[in-house]
Order: sequence, then structure tokens, then C-alpha cells
Amino acid sequence: MITTTTPAVPKAAARTKVLQRQGAAVALVLMVAVSWLVFPRFGSLDNLRDLALQGSFLAVIAIGMTFVIITGGIDLSVGSLYALGGVLAAWGSQYGFLAALALPLVVCGAIGLINGLLIARTNMAPFIVTLASLLFARGLLLAITDEGANTYKIATDSAFVELGRGTVLGFGYPIFIAAVLAVLGGMILNRTSFGQNVFATGGAEQSAILLGVPVAKTKIVVYTMSGTLAGLAGALTAAYLQSGVTVIGVGLELDAISVVVIGGTLLTGGMGTILGTVIGVGLIKVIQNVINQIGTLDSNYQSVVSGVFLLIVVVLQRILRR
Amino acid sequence: MAQTTTQSATRTATSTAAARTRWLQDNGVYVAVAALLLFNALFTANFLTLGNFTTQLVQAAPVLIVALGMALVIGTEGVDLSVGAVMALAAAIIPLYLGAGPLVAIVMALVVGVLAGAFNGLLVAKVGIQPIVATLALLVGGRGLALVIAEGQLVQLHDQAFLELGTGDVLGIPISVLIAGLLALVIAGLTNRTTFGRQLVAVGGNRKAATLAGLPVNRVLVGVYAICGVLAAIAGVLATSRLAASDPADMGLLMELSAITAVVVGGTPLTGGKVRVLGTVFGVILMQLVRATLIKHNLPDSIAQMIQAAIIIAAVYVARERR
Repeated sequence: MITTTTPAVPKAAARTKVLQRQGAAVALVLMVAVSWLVFPRFGSLDNLRDLALQGSFLAVIAIGMTFVIITGGIDLSVGSLYALGGVLAAWGSQYGFLAALALPLVVCGAIGLINGLLIARTNMAPFIVTLASLLFARGLLLAITDEGANTYKIATDSAFVELGRGTVLGFGYPIFIAAVLAVLGGMILNRTSFGQNVFATGGAEQSAILLGVPVAKTKIVVYTMSGTLAGLAGALTAAYLQSGVTVIGVGLELDAISVVVIGGTLLTGGMGTILGTVIGVGLIKVIQNVINQIGTLDSNYQSVVSGVFLLIVVVLQRILRR
Repeated sequence: MAQTTTQSATRTATSTAAARTRWLQDNGVYVAVAALLLFNALFTANFLTLGNFTTQLVQAAPVLIVALGMALVIGTEGVDLSVGAVMALAAAIIPLYLGAGPLVAIVMALVVGVLAGAFNGLLVAKVGIQPIVATLALLVGGRGLALVIAEGQLVQLHDQAFLELGTGDVLGIPISVLIAGLLALVIAGLTNRTTFGRQLVAVGGNRKAATLAGLPVNRVLVGVYAICGVLAAIAGVLATSRLAASDPADMGLLMELSAITAVVVGGTPLTGGKVRVLGTVFGVILMQLVRATLIKHNLPDSIAQMIQAAIIIAAVYVARERR
């Protein structure tokens, strides 16, 4: 009796797991296949390069967000930090390549560090702390751009521009940077003790503390990472656009959270993958691209579709876990 | 002997500190409002004028209406991130039905608010999704939907009766301020004097215990989110009327942040089980006064935003639960 019933349960559980893990991948493959057939321009190398480049900036942010969400937290400040990072990079570029890259990473990383310290040491809710730093970072951005009136340009011949516009076989450098970061992130998450601590923190915080997992330290590192990566994405975008655009990144945190959740990472924490997040980025960008291809469709459908996708995923996650 | 004295002395010291913290949590917002009023009366030109007070109240009215709903939701240990998107939806609905008369348009906007809120409530209560996630979907999709409805356009409104809502007054008091005040009274009555109010707090205090005690937990939750939705829609209608245009792209942008801030600054804990309506009203007034003070002293937007961020952190720090 026991031998017949026991395999049934893991099989159902395995099926659930496959659906949860691969649901986004299946949707992505279907979307790509259908788009390829319906829209002749979709499959063109130019379009695919553009798609990958657009996705790479979001992917860099979403990788950091994945870590934060697995610890059971959330980081709403990344959209502002992305814009701030871009402006700092553009401003710093007058002092050379190193300044243009280091300044956004250090400042945005520092704001991420403050997020982490406040969340880990004072027991304040992550979404309130990071909402406040969303405001703070925008304020800081306005302060250094003469209330948003000043857009810093990056000299076209500078080495920093190459970072955003340079290509290998037509594929932009940011795509490779995002890919390297994704692989690194996946390895850190699955192959290191820090990764284990991230999962433990989000899975059952109290038990993790009792087991001696450095929960506070893990949280601080994770928010610092998220801030730094948002700054990097901003710097790459500034290099690509050749200027520090002040108005970008509004609502970007929602895109980042959406792709992480669509990729199968649980918002309750304790479970998630970087690969899922990358697939989530691909899915959102393909949808965006298709809506643009249709042309007659209002671009505002993008957020409607994202919202519906998000809803379906969280409801499915919830039902499958029962 | 000496040891016991020290011990009791320490205990008294701790309990005094705890009492001081509790007092600050309960009354900090009133003290802060009084201090800001005093500061402005002394150092800000033209502050103590009727015109200035009217302007401040008119600006604060939509935030207050949204914050009232948010206070109820936070009382159930939830949060509603979709309020700004619901305001945008209400704004987008208005021009569609204004041809049939202002009353029809307003009713339709409010119906959409109730439906949006009830949808959030169902996701939280029946499906069992965390409030922050359940309402995130509507935050992402709601404004997009509003823009799709409005075809991305800002629509000027010319219906005089409808515009009266935003510009008119009764005995010198602007209609929107009257409505906000009235709604504050209604919500205060609802939380303090009705069974629903008691159930709401019970659900927020301990949902499991409330379920075991036989309270209609699901119905309370759906009701609370529906109220929050309709209040957001009312705020959207009033703001649209004052603007004399339907602007779903900007309507209620970051309103969730303002509302949550006001509620938390007003002493309602994010952990649920307690709703402070008067505190919320003063939380809204405090944040409005802060903004007005910064503007009147010619501090740029950048500094104003950073100061607001600091105030939010300070308020949540004082109000945070102790472990």
C-alpha cells in the first residue's frame, strides 16, 4: 500500500514544480514561435539584437531584485537608482572612464547599503524603507541636475560610450555584461554558502536565525547588491544614450519585480532562480516588441499585458502550492 | 538589597523609556503639526491667512480620502498599492459618461473603484495572495488600462456642474474639503462604533484567531479593500474635477506612497490590529504642511523630496514594532 501511494505524491509535486519552474519558459518559446511566424520583421537579426540590448538593462536590475525577493524582501528604489546611476555616470565621464563607472556603482551601492542596514538592523518593512529611498534618490538626482534642467552629455569619443555602444558581431556589450552577471548570479545563488544563506533567510527567517545563519548580514549584502546593479544598469544606459537622461526609470521597479515573479521566484521568499528571471525579462521584452510591431496597438497595452501576466502567475503559484 | 534596588531602578528606567516611546507613537503627529504651525506662524510670511489655509486643505483633500481607505487596509495587516492606478481609472471613466450627465459619470467611476477594490480583496481573502503582491498587479496594469481607455489622451472637461465639484464652495468651505471631512467622520464612525470596525481590527490583529472565533474574515477583507477602492475613486473624481481635465497618465502618480506615509506617520502600525482615523487626518495635514513649508521657504523640489524621505524613515522608525 505504502509503496503505491508514496510515488504518487512526489510525482504530483514534481509536476507542480515543473509548471512553476518552466511555465515562463514554455510561454516564452510559444511567444517567440508565434511572433516569428506572424511578424516577418520579428525574426530579423536587427530586431533580435535590439530586443536583447533592451532586455539587458532590465536584466541587470532584475538579477539584483531576484536576490532581494528570495530573502523575502522587495526593493522599490531601483528605478530611481537606475536614473541616478545614469546621471552620475554622465557627470563622471568628464573625469574619465573609471570615474564614470565607479561613481554610480559606489553611490547607488551606498544607498543600497543604507536600505539594507535599515531593514536588517531596525526591523522596518522593506517596502517602506525602499519607497523612502525611491524618493531620496530622485531628490538627489534633481539636486545634482539643477532640478532636472541640466542633462549631462558624454563625449562621443570617450571610452565610456564604447561600453554602451560597442558591439561584438553586432551584439552590444551590455548584452554580454548582463549575460556574465546572470551566470555569476546563478553560481553565487546555487554554489556558495552565501546563496544558501539567501534561501534560508527567505524560507524561514526565525529558524535561520536560530540555526546561526547570518540573516542580518545576508540582507545587508543583498540590498547593497541590488543598489549597485541598478546603478550599473543606469551607467550602461547612459553610455548607450550618450547622456544622463533625468526622467528615465519611473516605474522600472515594477517591471523588475514583475519579471522576477513571472520567472517563478516566490514573492514570499525562499525560492527562485536567476534563469527564471532572465526568461521573465525575455518574455516581457518580446511582448513589448510584438505590441510595437503591431503598430496600431496602443503602447499602453504593454503594462496591461504585464499586469495580467503577473496576476496569472501569482494566482497559479498560489493554487499550485496548495 | 543593593542589587534589587538597581534592578528595579533599571526596570523603571526601561518602562519610562517604553512609555515615552509609546507616547511619541501615539501623539507625535499632533506635536509635529503644532510645532510646524507655530514655526510657520512665526517665520513664514502670509501663512496665517484664510486663503492659504483653504489652498492647503484643498490640496490635501484627495490624499486624505485615499489615506482613510489605506488606514483601514493597513489595519487588517494589508496594504493597497493600487490606489493611484484606481484614481487614474476613475479619471479615465469620467469623460466617457459625462455626456449622460455628471451624476452618471461619477457613479460609473465609483463603481469601477468598488470593483477594483473588491477584486483586490478577493485575491487577498479567497486566493490567499499577500496584499502587496495582489495589489501590485493592479498597480502595474491599472494605469495602463486607464491610458488604453483614454487612448493616452488628456481630455479637457467643460461640464459646469461637474467642475463645480472641484471649484465650488459652501459657506466658504471648498466642496472637496467638505467631502473629505465628511468621509473622515464616516470612517471614524465605521471603525469605532460598528461591528464591522471591530471585526476589521480583530482580523488585522490575528487573522487565525479571528477565523477560529467565527468572524466572517473573507467578507471583512473584501469589504475593506472595496471601501479603499471606492475612496480612491472618489479622490480621483475630485482631483479630475479640480484639474478640469481627465489625465490618466499623471493622476494619482505615487499616491500609494503619500497615503501609506500619512497613515504610518499618523500612528497606525503596519502590523495591523489598530486603525487611527484622527491620526491619519493629522498625518495628511503634517505631510501637507511639510511640503508647504519647504515650498514657501523656496527650498527646491530636490531637497523637499529628500526631507520627505527622511521624515518617512523617522516616522516608521518610531512606530516600528519591537522584537
